[in-house]
Amino acid sequence: MSTTTTRGVAQPAPAKVSKTRPRRGLRGNPTLNFWLFTGPFLFGLAIFVFVPIGWSVWLSFFDARYTVTPSHFTGFENYKQILTNSEFPDSLLTFTVFAAFIVPTTWALSLGLALLVNRLRFMRAFFRSVFFLPTAVSYVAAALIWKMSIFSGVRFGLANTVLGWFGVDNIAYLSNPSPPWYWLVIVSLRLWIQSGFYMILFLAALQNIPAELYEAAAIDGAKPGWQTFRHITLPQLRATSTAVILLLLVAAYQAFDEFFNIVGQKATWAQTPLMELYKTALGTSQDYGAGSAGAVILSLLICLVTLLQGKFMGFGRGEDK
Amino acid sequence: MTSTAPQVGKQRRKNRGALGNTGLYVAVGVAALLFLIPFYLIFRNALSTDPEITGENWKLLPSFQWGNISELFDDPTVEFGRSMFNSLVVAVLTTLGTLLVCSLAGYGLARIPYKHANKVFYAVLATLMVPTAVTFVPSFVLVSSLGWVDTYRGLIIPGLFSGFTCFLFRQYFLGFPKELEEAARVDGLGYWGAYWRIVVPNSLNFFAAIATITFISAWNSFLWPLVIGQDPSSWTVQIALSSFMTNQTVNFHLIFMATAVSILPLVFVFLFLQRWLVQGIAQTGIKG
Repeated sequence: MSTTTTRGVAQPAPAKVSKTRPRRGLRGNPTLNFWLFTGPFLFGLAIFVFVPIGWSVWLSFFDARYTVTPSHFTGFENYKQILTNSEFPDSLLTFTVFAAFIVPTTWALSLGLALLVNRLRFMRAFFRSVFFLPTAVSYVAAALIWKMSIFSGVRFGLANTVLGWFGVDNIAYLSNPSPPWYWLVIVSLRLWIQSGFYMILFLAALQNIPAELYEAAAIDGAKPGWQTFRHITLPQLRATSTAVILLLLVAAYQAFDEFFNIVGQKATWAQTPLMELYKTALGTSQDYGAGSAGAVILSLLICLVTLLQGKFMGFGRGEDK
Repeated sequence: MTSTAPQVGKQRRKNRGALGNTGLYVAVGVAALLFLIPFYLIFRNALSTDPEITGENWKLLPSFQWGNISELFDDPTVEFGRSMFNSLVVAVLTTLGTLLVCSLAGYGLARIPYKHANKVFYAVLATLMVPTAVTFVPSFVLVSSLGWVDTYRGLIIPGLFSGFTCFLFRQYFLGFPKELEEAARVDGLGYWGAYWRIVVPNSLNFFAAIATITFISAWNSFLWPLVIGQDPSSWTVQIALSSFMTNQTVNFHLIFMATAVSILPLVFVFLFLQRWLVQGIAQTGIKG
C-alpha cells in the first residue's frame, strides 16, 4: 500500500515542540503522550497480530496435531508434508492461474467503467452508484445468488433460461469439473463485486490528471481516443494501476468466501489455498503444525509476488511526483 | 474527460459528439443493467413463492409475498433474527473500537514527537505485509486458549487492531493543518485535549469514511466468524446464510429473503453515506 501522491511519505513527521510554549508537566510530555495514544493499539497489535504470526512460524516446526502446545520438534517435516502429501501445492498452482486471469480482467473492467463514467455529463453520480453498489454485498450473499439463481444447473437458473432461448441445452455449471464451467461462475461473481471499488480509485486518479496535458497533446496532434489514452491517460494512471494490481493479487490468493460457498469443501476441484489450510488445521485432522507451515508458505508466496510485481511495475515510482 | 476538457474544444466536441454520446449512454446503460440483475434477482425471489422461483413459467415480477419476511423470522429451525443481531453487535462494536484505537495510534504516530516513533511505525507497516487471512490458524489457537470461542469478545477484539486502518489515520493526520492544534496547545490544551476538542471534531468526514468501510467489512466478513462461531447462537448473518446453502430443509423463498434482509442494511448505509465513502476511498491513500 502506498501513500497519497500529495500527502505522505513513509516517515513520521517529528512535530517540533514549540519552543515558546512552556512545558506543562505530564500533559506536555511527548514520550508519555506517545505511549498514551499508541499504547492500546500497539498492545493489541502485539497480542493479536505479532503473537499469532510468531506462533504460526513456531508451530510450523513442531508436530502439533490436536494440540497447540507441542513438544516434539520436527524441523521441516511439516513443510515436507504439506508440500507433498496434500492438495495444498495444487491449490497454489490453481490460484496462480486464477490470479493471472482475474487480476487483468478486473483491472480492465474497472478502468473501462471509470473511463465511461468519467465521460458522462448527466447522471454520473447515478451510474457511479450502480457500479459501486455491489461492493456492499458480501461474497456469501453473492455466492447464494450465483449458485442458486443465475448459474443453478437446472432450467430455472437465469443463465440456462437465457441459453434456452437460443436452443442451447442446460449446463450443469457447478456439479461437474469438466468442462470447468465453475470458473465462469466464480470469475463473473468476483468481477461483479470487485470492479466498482477499483473503479472509484481509477475515477479519483482520472480526475487528478491535469487538463493541460490533454490540451498539449491535442496541440501536438494526438488524436482523441486511443492515442491520447495510450500516451497520456495510461501513463498518468500508472501509480493507481500499480496499487490496484497489488490489491487484486493479494485478494486473489486470499480467496475463500465464494469458493467455500459455491464449490464447497467436498469437491476436489477449485480448492483455494486458504480452504486447504482451513481443512488441514480445523478439519478432522486438526493438524496445526502442517496448517501453520502452509500459512507460512502462502505468506512468503504473497510477499514474493508483491515484490516481483514491484520490480516489474516500478512499485512506488509514482509516489514522489 | 469531458468535464476537464478545455473550453475551446467544447463546441466542436458537441457537434461531433451527438452520436458518440448516445453510444456512450447505451454502453453505460447496458453495463448498469448487468450490474443490477443480481439485485433484482434477490428481491424478486425473496418476494416469490417457491414454484415461482423454480417453476417453468418464469415471470418478471413476483407475486409479492410480504409474508416471507415474518416467515423467515418466525422459523424456529433457523435463528436468523439472532444472527442478524449478532452481526449488528459485532459490526457496530468493531467499527467504534477500530475508530477509537486506530485513530489514537495514527495520531500518536503522526504528531507526537518521540525518538523511537519511526521504529514503532515500521513495526506497524510490517504487519501490512502479512495477509491477515493467513494467520487465522494461530489466531484461532490464541483466541480459543483465551476461552473466547463463541463469544462476542472473540468475534470483535482480534479485529480491532488493523495496521492498515492505523496507517490510513496516520497519513490523514499528517495532512491535517498543524496550525489548528498549535493554537490549541498554546491556549493550554495538552495533546489529549487538543486531539479531542480540535482534531476529532474537524475530521468527522474522514472518520465517517473509515467507519463506513470498517462497518461494511465487519458485516461481510466470513472466514473469522466461521472459525470462531462453533455454536449456532454465536453465528453472524454470513454464517447463517452459508449454512442455508448446505441445509436442505430451508425453502428457496426463505433463503432469498434472508439474503435480501442481510444486504438491505448495507445498501442503505451505502446509498446514504456514499459521499463520504467515495471521498474517503479516494483520499485514504489506497490510490497510490
